[in-house]
Amino acid sequence: MALTQADIKRIAHLARIEVNDQEADETITKLTGILGLIEQMQAIDTNDITPMSHSQDAVQRLRPDVVTKTNLREAFQKNAPLLGNGSNEQAIANGLYLVPKVIE
Amino acid sequence: MEWEVVIGLETHTQLQTKTKQFSSASTAFGAEPNTQACEVSTALPGVLPVLNAEAVKCAIKFGLAIDAEIPLRSVFSRKNYFYPDLPKGYQISQFELPVVGKGKVTIQVPAVGKNAAYEKVINITRAHLEEDAGKSVHDLKSVSALHSAGALQDMSGIDLNRAGTPLLEIVTEPDMRSAAEAVAYAKKLHELVQWIGICDGNMQEGSFRCDVNVSVRPKGTEKLGTRREIKNLNSFKFMQQAIEYETRWQIETLEDGGKIQQATVLFNPGTGETKAMRSKEEANDYRYFPDPDLLPLEVTEADKNAVRALMPELPEVMKARFESEYALSSYDASSLTSSRDLADFFIETVSAGSDAKQAANWVMGSISAKLNVEDKPISASPISPIQLSQLLRRISDNIISKNAAKQIFEAMWLDGGELDAIIEAKGLKQESDSGAIEAIIDEVLAANPAMVEEFKAGKEKAFNALVGQAMKASRGKANPAQVNEILKKKLAA
Repeated sequence: MALTQADIKRIAHLARIEVNDQEADETITKLTGILGLIEQMQAIDTNDITPMSHSQDAVQRLRPDVVTKTNLREAFQKNAPLLGNGSNEQAIANGLYLVPKVIE
Repeated sequence: MEWEVVIGLETHTQLQTKTKQFSSASTAFGAEPNTQACEVSTALPGVLPVLNAEAVKCAIKFGLAIDAEIPLRSVFSRKNYFYPDLPKGYQISQFELPVVGKGKVTIQVPAVGKNAAYEKVINITRAHLEEDAGKSVHDLKSVSALHSAGALQDMSGIDLNRAGTPLLEIVTEPDMRSAAEAVAYAKKLHELVQWIGICDGNMQEGSFRCDVNVSVRPKGTEKLGTRREIKNLNSFKFMQQAIEYETRWQIETLEDGGKIQQATVLFNPGTGETKAMRSKEEANDYRYFPDPDLLPLEVTEADKNAVRALMPELPEVMKARFESEYALSSYDASSLTSSRDLADFFIETVSAGSDAKQAANWVMGSISAKLNVEDKPISASPISPIQLSQLLRRISDNIISKNAAKQIFEAMWLDGGELDAIIEAKGLKQESDSGAIEAIIDEVLAANPAMVEEFKAGKEKAFNALVGQAMKASRGKANPAQVNEILKKKLAA
């Protein structure tokens, strides 16, 4: 399967990764290699094999529904970035994390 | 051309668990922002999700309640998209293999105009477990004082308390053919998830949110039209209005030669209109893949049986029982099982010793009327099932008349108080001493010889007039059945 630069740009946009034209060309080569590997694997007859969703043949362990987490807001919010307006203020206010305005 | 509307629903029900889907942070509503946002909710590096056993139990309960296939294994997948209230960059959901498969919900569509009420089976495609996102706060005026002037103008606030809250998304087949059917389904589902105790049903707090897919096609054709999805309807009234508007809009667009673009739309309650939010093609590429952080979820027959043992009697089963055990009409039984609290209130009233038919009449009549006026749930009734049962027994024991019971009911509803004390204080005790009633009737007969003559001449009406006189003479306290009986005897003598 042949990938185009437009495919790469679209995939990069969905993943919010910035790629310039040169990087896109390099990525075409790498991804084409991976797709070749997948084609090879698709040639294998897997009709009698039950698909697995995980590499381990095990099932999910469940957790009892009991609150054990405490409020660590203050500690976590020390990691918040700066507002980005040249001031030393962090992007937090009244316990909220601040992000560039999002309006649908 | 005649058009047909085709509707399918996706409903997000917030599960009644104490902790989140994949972490043991609290899900309590209304906490200070981000105080319930643990390292998993905020997606700090290195954290791993651990599935909540109670959320799985809720999903199994729902599967059993709609008689659905519950596969041995289901799988969690990542749904990838970027939004500030989703710190991981993906939502953990289920895609190819959901926890609950195909099932059925029977809805009752009420009569409208000359169209009679009817029942219809709505097929459920699937129900899957997933996690909620956080909340964005766009109006930061109230917090702006904390920052240098203007700093918050172009900012939104993010509260991750809700991030990771367990949801069960319930998806129907496109089986509904009118706004009325869609609303009947939503109401039925709303009642069912509360009945089996998996969701509190609080629509204001967002515990039960509906997305409605609407498309139209020429009546009689099979091919589905292009659909638009109305997002986040949080009231049944808005759902009705939104679907009706959207249906009209799509038909008008097509009749004017236009085309429907697949899109997500929002309903504006102010204008009563729906409006496209974003076109779906671009946003829809979620690149689902199995989440490597989670193993497949296994639900064995033993797990199902353990949950089955905890299931309450389902509304349909209870309705049938009310009809057979208490000889209630289908309508009465259906009304009484419209909510579990109402049904429990009725059952408690009956088990406290009152006649089922009387209890049904009072619960659906006086009690429901009062609650309606005061806009209260049955759990807030100031008269308990035991008190209601006592009141009904005073009627059946001939201690008070039905009219007196109504007065007492009003008094107890407003001011509380002990039943027998109120009967005494208001002098509402019925006269059932036949000697006393005979004495009253003798007086009435002596005072009204003309009426007696009329009755003897064949005028039935005169009898009722004499009963009226006797009741008046007893100031309403005489037992009417006894008055009738004694009067009949005396007139025949």
